[in-house]
Amino acid sequence: MTASAQQLGAESTPAGTRVPTGEVSALPATPRPGALAGRAFVYWLAVYRRVWLGSAISSFLAPLLYLGAMGFGLGTLVNRSGGGIDGVPYAQFVAPGVLAATAMQTAAGESTYMVMGAVKWQRQYHAMLAGPLGPVDLVLGHAAYILVRITLACVAFTLVAAVLGALASPLAVVGLLVAILCGAAHGPVIMAFSARQENDGNFNLLFRFGIIPMFLFAGTFFPVDRLPAWIQPLAWVTPLWNGTTSVRQLTLGVPDWPAIAAHCAYLLAWVAVGLVLAFRSFRARLVT
Amino acid sequence: MTDRDEGGAVATAPDGAHAQTSPVLIEAHGLTKRFGDFTAVDGIDVEVHRGEAFGFLGPNGAGKSSTMRMIGCVSPPTGGRLGILGLDPRADGPRIRARLGVVPQRDTLDEELTVRENVIVYARYFGISRATARQKADELLEFAQLTERADSKVEPLSGGMKRRLTIARSLVNDPEILLLDEPTTGLDPQARHVLWDRLFRLKRQGVTLVLTTHYMDEAEQLCDRLVVMDGGRIVAEGSPRSLIEQWSTREVLELRFAADDHAPFAAAVDGLGERVEVLPDRLLVYTDDGDAAAEALLGRGVRPLSVLVRRSTLEDVFLRLTGRTLVD
Amino acid sequence: MTARTWAAPVARAIPIPAGAGMARMLVERNARSFKAFWPTIVSGFFEPVFYLFSLGVGLGTVVGDVDVGDGRTVPYAAFVAPALLASSAMNGAVFDTTGNVFFKLKYSRLYDSVLATPLGPRDVAVGEVTWAMVRGTAYSAAFLVVMALAHVVTSWWAVLTLPAAVLVGLAFAGVGMAATTYMRSWQDLDLVQLAVLPMFLFSATFYPLSTYPPSLQWVVQITPLYQGVTLVRDLALGTVGWTTLGNALYLVLLGLLGMGVAARRLERTLLS
Repeated sequence: MTASAQQLGAESTPAGTRVPTGEVSALPATPRPGALAGRAFVYWLAVYRRVWLGSAISSFLAPLLYLGAMGFGLGTLVNRSGGGIDGVPYAQFVAPGVLAATAMQTAAGESTYMVMGAVKWQRQYHAMLAGPLGPVDLVLGHAAYILVRITLACVAFTLVAAVLGALASPLAVVGLLVAILCGAAHGPVIMAFSARQENDGNFNLLFRFGIIPMFLFAGTFFPVDRLPAWIQPLAWVTPLWNGTTSVRQLTLGVPDWPAIAAHCAYLLAWVAVGLVLAFRSFRARLVT
Repeated sequence: MTDRDEGGAVATAPDGAHAQTSPVLIEAHGLTKRFGDFTAVDGIDVEVHRGEAFGFLGPNGAGKSSTMRMIGCVSPPTGGRLGILGLDPRADGPRIRARLGVVPQRDTLDEELTVRENVIVYARYFGISRATARQKADELLEFAQLTERADSKVEPLSGGMKRRLTIARSLVNDPEILLLDEPTTGLDPQARHVLWDRLFRLKRQGVTLVLTTHYMDEAEQLCDRLVVMDGGRIVAEGSPRSLIEQWSTREVLELRFAADDHAPFAAAVDGLGERVEVLPDRLLVYTDDGDAAAEALLGRGVRPLSVLVRRSTLEDVFLRLTGRTLVD
Repeated sequence: MTARTWAAPVARAIPIPAGAGMARMLVERNARSFKAFWPTIVSGFFEPVFYLFSLGVGLGTVVGDVDVGDGRTVPYAAFVAPALLASSAMNGAVFDTTGNVFFKLKYSRLYDSVLATPLGPRDVAVGEVTWAMVRGTAYSAAFLVVMALAHVVTSWWAVLTLPAAVLVGLAFAGVGMAATTYMRSWQDLDLVQLAVLPMFLFSATFYPLSTYPPSLQWVVQITPLYQGVTLVRDLALGTVGWTTLGNALYLVLLGLLGMGVAARRLERTLLS
């Protein structure tokens, strides 16, 4: 889909410089919104090559460390004192929680600083908008890249967890997909938030009062029903809890398919609403 | 390493009392600075007297900033001797810095503090009490014409305002010597003139100024004496007037022809003046009477694209000494 | 005018780069700039509290009591809480001296202006570490109050957990600052995470040292957070012994070493 100078029929002068002959572009007059998302996507992939180490640490190493320390280290205590959680060895209880949480963390990490940076500091979005891309392309392109990152992190974790024996059932493959969906549910809505930020002060609050409490209380390390009754509904509305519950059922091999379908529908709703909010937010911030 | 007793000029007194009597505030002999294989400052001799405005004039990379950093006691000399206010930078760095004011090339303002807080906090680094610091901040902000912006953050200020704030900040400890590294680089002409005006006032108040610049108009306007630096060495020294008289004629005839290379035209202007310099884009004829030379030129039948008669500047001095212009 | 602090005679004995003993001015500067960031201040208090209630109380419902070695068992929350106190002291100290200091070194170039005054590299190192400790102490004190309210402290020795947390902060602020002076780009900050997270998870924070096979226990024991966790936990639970003194000394020495390295590195890079 890219048009180079040669295809545009540029002339060559004897000195070798090219002069375009009048055709401006091989593209249709106004591209459909989203049609050019692929260009934005490819850009973010190129950026990834530079920052892969940091993401490897937070998206690959960190979840494995949590699995090791909590699933197996702490698991020794849990299994000894209560025979696991409702009979499930603690490592197998924790692994799906960490999987879903990793998807969430990856999405949150990528949807915050990078997005704000692209608006305000490096201003990549402005550069993209100066061309034929529109705000919808920007959102979809960046969101697609975030989806790829989530998938990489989840696949890597699933493989290692399987080798360590923390995944009890082949249905874990379906669980992997649900975990990716869980991560995707967080991405666009956070992107919408990030694009409106003037400085990174609020990211601190987002992580401290949103991401981390979800990580701690939405069923990753212990069942939500152990929390006081009044807090539990708070957990149920979080995307993470919906993801964790479904993934856990799948990796343990005890799927409640109607419930899983309901959870997934809820997560998809977050994706859809998030995207709409992101389109609106990007348009408001970038197209003035 | 540093010989401190030589004829009383740089004799040390325990509390630096000598500085109140001796006219020489900064003294450098064979001062050298090397970074690995690269020699930034190659054995220079400098003397700065109390109350004067002293300049280091030279292009980028001449070693001016390295010299300033050594004088400011934030960079140890690699060789030679350096005495400031009668003290040795190596042994008495903090004491010397307590009596210097520094205006660095890049504004190192604290962007997390307001304009006023920048001055107050800086004062605190010198151990000045909070009450005195607040009072001095108000005085200095007024001097710098920044009183209306005192409670604003630093980021929204213009370049000229930031530079004035940096100068105000540098005066908070009533320094005996004010070091300014390229003070008006990057400022628009109006801001430059405001700044020069402030610096003139400081001079009248008796502050010794040491500045570096690659702007010849700045050097001519502000400096009582200056040295011309190139490639880490000093190539000339004196007042702006004496340097021009020594190394150049009174006036210069600038000629431009419609050609990419002006060298072939040198023959055409031969004899019109004392000296001819060939630059890529023009020809310079050095003579004491530019108008007469211009007439003589036309009399020869030479028709340049443009003719300009002007007075010599330090740029011409530099060109004579090094064969290059100050600004590449 | 000369400025003297108690540190001046000590400094002459130890060969670290000279300063003017004015480190406290840098602490003051940090305090001033901090006033604008009060949401961060307040939010920083909540994080360990969340950890306490989820991994302490919440996990406590699935884990039984823990054997603390001298024949006693304590509820899981009482076992984990002191470790969380030590960890939050570590996290706070590291975050302050890496992210913030790196930003000041490379971007705002704050130290260029500071070092043009009588302050020297040692003042900068001491000042930044002191500030990190001041902040950390405030957070630790608040967390300690929460711990008391949640009934997870069982001994009067627990009062000493606050100075113990300060020592943990000192150790990690020193090391953090030293590490920052070696960093060259933002990416290097990720390596800090690479060191801090494993320590947080594996220093007998969530389960006792005895969980590890005996051949590996010494590896954990030499790491700084284990020393800090043990110190704070022993004080909180009252299982104090001679090792407690050893833990404290370890942390102090590590902090001083870090500050010394940081001062020397600052001198080399900023005053070249």
